[in-house]
Amino acid sequence: MSLRSDLGRVRGLGSAQNGTAHWWAQRVTAIALIPLSLWFIYSAVTLVGIDRAGFKIWLNAPGSILLMTLFVIALFYHMQLGLQVVIEDYVHNERNKIVSLLLNKLVAVFFAVSSIIALIKVAFGG
Amino acid sequence: MVEFNLPKGSRVVKGQTHTAPDGAKNIKKFKIYRYDPDQDKNPQLDTYEVDMDNCGPMVLDALIKIKNEMDPTLTFRRSCREGVCGSCAMNVDGTNTLACTKDIVDIKGDAKVYPLPHMPVIKDLVPDLSTPYAQYTQIKPWVQADTPAPGSERLQTPEEREKLDGLWECVLCFCCQTSCPSYWWNGDRYLGPAILLQAYRWIVDSRDEKTGDRLDNLEDPFRLYRCHTILNCTNTCPKSLNPALAIAETKKLMVERM
Repeated sequence: MSLRSDLGRVRGLGSAQNGTAHWWAQRVTAIALIPLSLWFIYSAVTLVGIDRAGFKIWLNAPGSILLMTLFVIALFYHMQLGLQVVIEDYVHNERNKIVSLLLNKLVAVFFAVSSIIALIKVAFGG
Repeated sequence: MVEFNLPKGSRVVKGQTHTAPDGAKNIKKFKIYRYDPDQDKNPQLDTYEVDMDNCGPMVLDALIKIKNEMDPTLTFRRSCREGVCGSCAMNVDGTNTLACTKDIVDIKGDAKVYPLPHMPVIKDLVPDLSTPYAQYTQIKPWVQADTPAPGSERLQTPEEREKLDGLWECVLCFCCQTSCPSYWWNGDRYLGPAILLQAYRWIVDSRDEKTGDRLDNLEDPFRLYRCHTILNCTNTCPKSLNPALAIAETKKLMVERM
């Protein structure tokens, strides 16, 4: 129950003055992921059955490690941006919302960084 | 808020049947949502058997006939009965539309008539639209200019005027607004397709001098960016307008000024 006017209610806290950067980043990562995903699927198929030594040679090729790193960054960045929108859409309990938004960001960074470390270890490790 | 089930007191139960007069040969059944705030009862779906040999062609004709001849308690909004006032917006045969421009012959089987979805119901087919009206006020739907008004009209070229086509025709019936799932879940903060189409109508008006302020007002993850191009708005518009396109053009302007 509130006696606040409808206009006061819909004006609320005002415009956040952002949202465009998020929307634009989602489009940019989506476009980047089209060639990167196709390349990744093609590579994964051609690498079926290969052993660790063979994979290391493949990954050490100049293009492979670069494209793999770009793929991992674009993938997890895009995932985080998309999931954030889903959470904002559907989670309305303020506490649950903050917790899931935090988890979303932390998990995305965790997976992106672990993937990059794994790539470096396999490519340059012993 | 996401709601997969209606709240307890809002679930629709079976209602009464009002039979057609004796001798009626061409009968169409209208199943109509009924809710009376004065009674502590769930909404119910009443059936009205309408004699189509003595009824006009549109859904609104049938509703008026029911109110006049079968059940005077049936409550709905209507005014112009020719699709320019936007009063008789309701959900007919599963789609939001204007009852006055919806042909009964286009409805297969029984005609189901509900109020606009996901709005508080005042009575029967009358939804409470105070939130969308306040959102409309919020976007300042009038020309704002600092340049003093000339002695006559503020002029536009025919090309500048053309940009308003497909926007000015909106009758604010809120069929699109209440068809949008994003508006259902976040209607308290998302402005919705009808209001964003109106906002764009003033953004592209060459006579307006507050374009930047208007974009500032919309630049918000909820006010504008809750639109996920579901396109229910464009599909349902009884005036065949394209709110989704107006929203996409607004997003393009946002990127242009980044």
